[in-house]
Amino acid sequence: MDWWFFLEVFVGGLLSGVMYSLVALGFVLIFKASGVFNFAQGAMVLFAALTFVRLLEMGIPMLAAIGVTMVIMVILAIAIERIVLRPLVNQDLIILFMATIGLNYFIEGMAQLVWDSKVHVLDLGIDEYDAFEIGEAFINKFDVYAALIAGGLVLVLSLFFRYTVIGRALRAVADDHQAALSVGIPLRTIWIYVWSTAGIVALVAGIVWGSKLGVQFAISSVALKAIPVLIIGGFTSVPGAILGGLIVGCGEKLAEVYLGGFVGGAIENWFPYMLALLVLMIRPEGIFGEKIIERV
Amino acid sequence: MFYREAGQFKTSYKKDQAILPIFQDKIAMVAMLLFCFIVIPLFANDYWLASILVPFLALSLAALGLNVLTGYAGQISLGTAAFMAVGAFASFNLQVRIPEIPFLVAFLWGGLCAAGVGILFGLPSLRIKGFYLAVATLAAQFFIEWLFTHFDWFTNYSTSGVITAPPMTLLGFAIDNPLSKYFLVLSIVVICAFFVRNLARSEIGRAWMAVRDMDIAAEAIGINLMKTKLLAFGVSSFLCGLAGALWAYVVLGTVEPQAFDIARSFEILFMVVIGGLGSVSGAFLGAGFMILLPILLNNLGSLITGGTISTETIAHIEYMVFGAFIIFFLIVEPNGLARLWQIGKEKLRLWPFPY
Repeated sequence: MDWWFFLEVFVGGLLSGVMYSLVALGFVLIFKASGVFNFAQGAMVLFAALTFVRLLEMGIPMLAAIGVTMVIMVILAIAIERIVLRPLVNQDLIILFMATIGLNYFIEGMAQLVWDSKVHVLDLGIDEYDAFEIGEAFINKFDVYAALIAGGLVLVLSLFFRYTVIGRALRAVADDHQAALSVGIPLRTIWIYVWSTAGIVALVAGIVWGSKLGVQFAISSVALKAIPVLIIGGFTSVPGAILGGLIVGCGEKLAEVYLGGFVGGAIENWFPYMLALLVLMIRPEGIFGEKIIERV
Repeated sequence: MFYREAGQFKTSYKKDQAILPIFQDKIAMVAMLLFCFIVIPLFANDYWLASILVPFLALSLAALGLNVLTGYAGQISLGTAAFMAVGAFASFNLQVRIPEIPFLVAFLWGGLCAAGVGILFGLPSLRIKGFYLAVATLAAQFFIEWLFTHFDWFTNYSTSGVITAPPMTLLGFAIDNPLSKYFLVLSIVVICAFFVRNLARSEIGRAWMAVRDMDIAAEAIGINLMKTKLLAFGVSSFLCGLAGALWAYVVLGTVEPQAFDIARSFEILFMVVIGGLGSVSGAFLGAGFMILLPILLNNLGSLITGGTISTETIAHIEYMVFGAFIIFFLIVEPNGLARLWQIGKEKLRLWPFPY
C-alpha cells in the first residue's frame, strides 16, 4: 500500500468534506431555529452564486457584488418568511418539508429565468490546479483555501450564536418556540434573521463551489450531497455539520479509490447515503444531534 | 340539485362500508368506465393516445403507489423512481432469461421484485420517520440507479445501456399500436385502482391511516407497526414496479436507467401532493395536472409571444409554476385537487338550498 497516496486521498477527502459542510451549515442554521428541513438550500446556493457571477460580469467590483448579493438574499429571506412560512405555521414538519421542495423548484426556475442557464466561470484569482507538496503527496491549494473559508465561517457563526443578543434569541427559539415567544422574542424577525444568514452562507458556499465547478445548474445538486452530511453529523449541530462533512468527504474518496475499482466505480454518488443509512440505524439523531424525544 | 341520496337506507355495516355506497355514484363510475373504454378510443387520435393518455395512465399508477405509502400510511418516500426501475428491469430480465414467459407474468414478477426491494428499503422506517426516512429512500434512489448503470448483467450486456423492450403479444394479438397499448394500460390501472380503493377501506387500510395519524397511539391500540409499515412499503412498491414496467415497455419502448432518475421521483411526489394525499382519485387528478400543465404552458407561451419564446425559458417558467403550485396547494388545500372536487360535490348536493 502506498501511504503517500493514501494521505493524498485522505486529505483531499477531508478538504472536499469541508466544502460539503459549507452547504450543510445552511441547512443546520434553519433547522436549529425553526425545525424546518430546508430542501431549497441547494437552490439558494445556485441563486446566490448566479447573482454574484452575473453582477461581476456586469463590471461591478467584487466587494460591491458581494454586498448587493447579500442584500438580495436578505430580500429573498423576507419574501420566503412572508409568503411561505407564515401561512404554514403550526403545520406538520413534513408539510413544511414538502413546501421547501416546492420552493426549491421555484428558486431554481427563477434563478435561471432571471439570469441564465449557461456555465459561468468564476475566477477568484486562485489557481485551481496549484498544489502543495508534502513528501510525495500533493494537496490542492484551492481546497485548502476553501477549507480555511469554511473554518472561518463556522468560527464566526459559533461566536455569533454564543455572544450576540440575536444569537442568544436564536438559541432560545430553537429550544422552545412558545417559551421564546413568551419572553418577548419576536419569532418572525428571528426567522428572517435565520433565513438571511442561511442565504449568506449559501452565497459563500456558492462562491467556493462556483469557482471550483463553474457557476451552473449542477451546483444546486450539491445540496443532495449535503443531506447525508446532516444525518451523520446531526441536524441540530454546527460542529456536527463540520464533522459529518469530514466523514462523508473522506469516506467517499477513500471508498471510491479503494473499493470503487472492484464494483465498477462511481460509488461516490450513493456511498454517503449508505453511510447515513447506517448511522440512522444505530443513532438516528446523528453524532452530535440532540436526542429525539417523542411526547405523546 | 346535483343528486340526492335520500331514501337509500343502509341496514347493515356491510352496506354502509360498500366501495360506492350511493346508487348514483355507482352509475357515475360505470359511466366513467364506459367513457374510458368506449368513447375515448372512438374519438381520440394517435397523438392523444400515445403521448398523453398512455403516459398519464402509467404515471397515475406510480402516483397511486406512492399515495398508498405517503397518503395512506404516512411514510414519505423520495425513491419512487428507483422502485419503478426495479419493476422495469426485473420484467425485462425475466423475459430475456425465459423468452416464452408471457409479458403479463413478467410485469407481475417486476412488481413483486419491486415490492421485495421496497420492503428492504422500508426497514429503516421502523426506527425513523419523516424526512429521516426520506433520506433513507433517497439512498435507495441513488443506489439502484447506480446498480443498473454499472452492472451489465441487468442490461443483458447491451453496449449502449439502452435496450429495446421485447414485443408484447396477448392471446395472439400484438400490442404495438397506440390503441391496444391504451387498452392494456387502462385495464391494468383500473384493476389496481379498485384494488387500492378496496384495500384502503379494509382493516389494513384503517391500520395504515392509524399509523399515519399517530404511530405511537396506533401501536398502543394493538396495531403491529412492523407489519403495517412494511406492508405499505410492499404494496406501494408493487404498484410502482408495475408502473415502471408499463413506463418502460409501453410508453418508452426502451428499458433504461435514465428514465428513472431522481427528477421522476419528485415528479410523482408532486402528483400526489397536488392531487391529494390519501385518495385514489387524487393520484389521477395529480398525474393529469402534471402531464397537462407543461403542454398548456408551451401552447400559452407560443400563443402570447407568437412563438418567439425559447423552450429553455418555458422550461424555467414551468419549474417556477410547479414550485408555486406545490406551495399554493400546501397552504390553501393540503388535501389537494381531490379535496377540492369533494368540496365542490358537497356544495352541489345542497345547491340551490343552503340547508
